[in-house]
Amino acid sequence: MNLTLYIWRQKGPDETGKMERHDARDVSRDMSFLEMLDVVNEGLVKNGKEPVAFDHDCREGICGMCSLVVNGVPHGRKEKTTVCQLHMRHFKDGDAIYIEPWRARAFPVIKDLIVDRSAMERIMYSGGYISVHTGGVPDGNAVLISKEDAETAMDAAECIGCGACIAACPNGSAMLFTAAKVSHLATLPQGRIEAAVRVCAMTEAMAGQGFGNCSNHYECEAVCPKGISVKFIAKLNREFMRAAFIKWKRERND
Amino acid sequence: MRFLKSMVGRKVVMAVSGLVMLLFVIAHLLGNTTIFAGSDSLNSYAEKLHDLALLIWTYRPIMIAAVFLHVFFGIQLTAENYKAKPDSYAIRKSLNSTFAGRSMIWTGVLLGVFIIYHLLQFTFQVTDPAISADRNFDVFGRPDVFHMVVRTFRRSAVALVYIGSMIALAFHLSHGIQSFIQTLGLNNEKTLPFFQKYGTLVAVIISAGFISIPVVILAGILKG
Repeated sequence: MNLTLYIWRQKGPDETGKMERHDARDVSRDMSFLEMLDVVNEGLVKNGKEPVAFDHDCREGICGMCSLVVNGVPHGRKEKTTVCQLHMRHFKDGDAIYIEPWRARAFPVIKDLIVDRSAMERIMYSGGYISVHTGGVPDGNAVLISKEDAETAMDAAECIGCGACIAACPNGSAMLFTAAKVSHLATLPQGRIEAAVRVCAMTEAMAGQGFGNCSNHYECEAVCPKGISVKFIAKLNREFMRAAFIKWKRERND
Repeated sequence: MRFLKSMVGRKVVMAVSGLVMLLFVIAHLLGNTTIFAGSDSLNSYAEKLHDLALLIWTYRPIMIAAVFLHVFFGIQLTAENYKAKPDSYAIRKSLNSTFAGRSMIWTGVLLGVFIIYHLLQFTFQVTDPAISADRNFDVFGRPDVFHMVVRTFRRSAVALVYIGSMIALAFHLSHGIQSFIQTLGLNNEKTLPFFQKYGTLVAVIISAGFISIPVVILAGILKG
């Protein structure tokens, strides 16, 4: 099939970008979206033109590197699918496809469709970990965890940190990402210990990195390739209120 | 006050102040329905309410605080959100967000202006002193609130302003009700669709209740 692509081209972080028209000819239905772009790029290189820069790594939907907004939806319209796992059979011959980078103040464009997502890493540095002693590996099941908690923690831990939630959010908020990390750790006994400090540090880091505030639109959940539920945002809110209450009680007792 | 500077803390303030105003709006609507029973009913309700000085002077400062906090943080959070999303997509497809949710700031501004107008009209009674309840009394010597309301809404322009504002209230509440439950952390994946659906229903019922008053007066069913 033949497609008309409108792709965001931007030479560098400080340059102004624009949508550029490219034609994709003889696209196979079996190609993935990124393979289709590979073919377009080969054509561009053959003609001595600059290929389109885009992020990718595993191409099997688990690394969180690919990051394209396809026709206004991060990772495209297919539910719970990263754009690398989106196949061309979901498009029709003659379709016009708009391809844009993640857009948020906290995600400056590096080049074309590649954005700098290190702001998410900096949220992680602020508290997305548990403090443990190094040394021997503890025995499996030495700390007992109920199946229910293990499942909840795993649901939250499914987040691959791609940033689609932020790209989809009308406020450029990293709430679903942060909530997934906070909930994943707060649900487990090892992470419970630092839960109050963590939720304060991570939400503060989120604001500090230029992400917006959550206003409960739930666009994030709709585009999440791992289907992370916004119930984790409610959990983050609970954890935050609990932390504020603990802090208030401690200050009153001092 | 780190709580009032934090992202979630300010949202909690928005949720709680919004809830306080929602409870007031429900009480206000229930009180207003006395108008359907005629002039005696509304006027005696208004008089009894005024006699409860302790109640009035307890809720007034609470309402003023709630409105101030809601407006202040609403504008502040929205301004931050605009800054966090400076560039828009060439094509934008909304999947879960609603018109109501995206227009919260604008329905909020509309309601803010409406509240000022509404207070000037029925609390301070300066928009039309000739029909003011402070100057006109019914046969029992009570301030004639019924007469004031009916005469006000008989002017279709005023009635339309009220109907329009109450439609804005419906939109504001349909996002606001489900939103405060989420912000206060009272949601899980099972309750979320429930509160979204019934939050909108409650918003529509409240709005329709208020709208029914000018409609009934305009239609000439209530006369005074």
